[in-house]
Amino acid sequence: MSIIDNSTGKIHVHNPKNQIKESKGYKIFTVVNTIIMILVSFATLYPFLYLVSQSFSSDQAIFAGHTGLIPEGFNIDTYIYVVTRNPIAPWPDLFPNFRIPEFIVYYMNTIFYTIVGTVLSLFFSSILAYPLSKPNLKVNKVLSPFIIFTMYFGGGLIANYVLVLRLGLKNSMWGFILPMLISTYYVILMRSFFMTIPKDLEEAGEIDGLNKWGVFWYIARPLSTPIIATMTLFYAVMYWNNWFNAKLYLQDKVKWPVAYFLQTIIRGAGSSDPDAQNMTANIKSCAMVLTVLPIICVYPFIQKYYVQGMMLGGVKE
Amino acid sequence: MAKKEDVSNIIAWSPRQISTRERLVKDIRINWQLYAMFLLPVIYYIIFRYIPMFGNILAFRKYNPGGSIFGQGPLTLKYFKQFITAKPFWQAFSNTLILNGLYLLFRFPLTLIFALLLNEIKNLHWKKFVQTVSYLPHFISMVIVCGMLKELLSTHGPINDLIYKLGGEKISFISLAEWFRTIFVTSGVWQSLGWGTILYLAAMSGINPSLYEAATVDGASHFQQVIHVTIPCILPTIATLLILDIGGLVGSGGAFEKVYLLYSPMTYETSDIVSTYVFRMGVESGSINFATAVGLFEGLINLVLLTCANFVSRKVAKTSLW
Repeated sequence: MSIIDNSTGKIHVHNPKNQIKESKGYKIFTVVNTIIMILVSFATLYPFLYLVSQSFSSDQAIFAGHTGLIPEGFNIDTYIYVVTRNPIAPWPDLFPNFRIPEFIVYYMNTIFYTIVGTVLSLFFSSILAYPLSKPNLKVNKVLSPFIIFTMYFGGGLIANYVLVLRLGLKNSMWGFILPMLISTYYVILMRSFFMTIPKDLEEAGEIDGLNKWGVFWYIARPLSTPIIATMTLFYAVMYWNNWFNAKLYLQDKVKWPVAYFLQTIIRGAGSSDPDAQNMTANIKSCAMVLTVLPIICVYPFIQKYYVQGMMLGGVKE
Repeated sequence: MAKKEDVSNIIAWSPRQISTRERLVKDIRINWQLYAMFLLPVIYYIIFRYIPMFGNILAFRKYNPGGSIFGQGPLTLKYFKQFITAKPFWQAFSNTLILNGLYLLFRFPLTLIFALLLNEIKNLHWKKFVQTVSYLPHFISMVIVCGMLKELLSTHGPINDLIYKLGGEKISFISLAEWFRTIFVTSGVWQSLGWGTILYLAAMSGINPSLYEAATVDGASHFQQVIHVTIPCILPTIATLLILDIGGLVGSGGAFEKVYLLYSPMTYETSDIVSTYVFRMGVESGSINFATAVGLFEGLINLVLLTCANFVSRKVAKTSLW
């Protein structure tokens, strides 16, 4: 027995046996499943909402032990305090009297490192991944294992640390960027994508007089927008979130990225920042909200690229 | 006559008679632009990946600050003997295994169940929303994650507030060794639950719908379809991920940052892992040789485990990392 729904034109195939067997248990399941999903979503968002609530609450509320999700004694004084406190001179040699609040300096550093690092990483990863994607290139039999082996065995923390010190990169932005310039995993993802570019197009380019670099730049690169978008985001998030290289290699406060500043105030005791001890919960929350904000704002729009990138990796190289 | 000569020439030029070296030279001549392209990245790999790899020799040779990064003097097993007999090392080693093992034990089944439940959502907007929300923690810096944890778990935080309201005693979670594992595993699940489902969902979307139709015709209930269609179809994915996770049990992976940000001398007995131990000994205390030896030991065990895992994965699930 089938019924044609006049309004939508859909055909409902009515199978009485199926309906009776499925409906009750399945309905209960759907309700339970929805509840589980709501709980998971809430549990995921709760810490963020809590931070936001803390950051807008007044000092008195924080000392009194405010723990709700609604800010108590709503104010933006904490934000103003965080972005204006403790001015430091970003260029002490050139302009000793020019001072900017430290949080702004760290934030600008993070933006600068993220942009420079991401551009360089993308360039170096793609000029490695592109030749690797050519099956007829003889050297790839050696080059692929050479690259991939580094994913499974490496120098470890200490040998890398000693190397960077000996290269004289301590206290330089290159000490922050260079150790993570090329991620082997991302190179493999890019290679998988480059392999899917139709060979005919590249050959046509060569016949029209482009050399290999020209083919790479004018044909392969424009065809690779999805993977380049994915990689931009992978690398940008990696640089934005990194604090550990800063801890190892950046001594001068004026060079710190904001993630490392957060680490010093969150660790509190034993931190290198003496006034980290005085950081109250709302100040910490406020700094964290400001740091995480760009990622949360951009994230919903870029999510599909990330997922695509992950799936490329799942489909074996 | 002329024709015969041509033929002999062709035979002489057949690729079989060209040595590998000649072939490579020829390849370089044709594709020199591609070779030039990867030159810089390869130099990068040599400097930043392979030199430190050989720098592991510091596990066997004395390092003098300012001296060669490959150490000086004769090779010695002194540093290995030192850490093999050091109690904190074995504590760190067993903590690494316990923390990674517990984390895997909880994360793995929960991720799978979550993926199955996500797959059952029929409303696509709702599904998209839950996915978007649950992937979010994956992108958050570990500094923020640990900062949030410390706020939530502090003595004036919401969790202690709840305990207090329910009539319990306040607990300073962060400074108690017996709570470290719980905190580590719970926050790890929070971070990876959504992201871990991606490969499962991809595998599920690849299942042929006719299998479900056939199961429906045979009278299978929804639950039976999950047991007899969905799970068998994604079994290779499950096996691969499980085997590779087991292969990574000794590696510190993402654990280093979290442990480093959350631990304190008060909780070392449950929280100190090999990589944090290496960091403390090498970078903070300056025992470069000792720390290199520990790091090398961990790296080698990790390499062996991963190789075995990869081998098993290739045999069982017909997929492998390399």
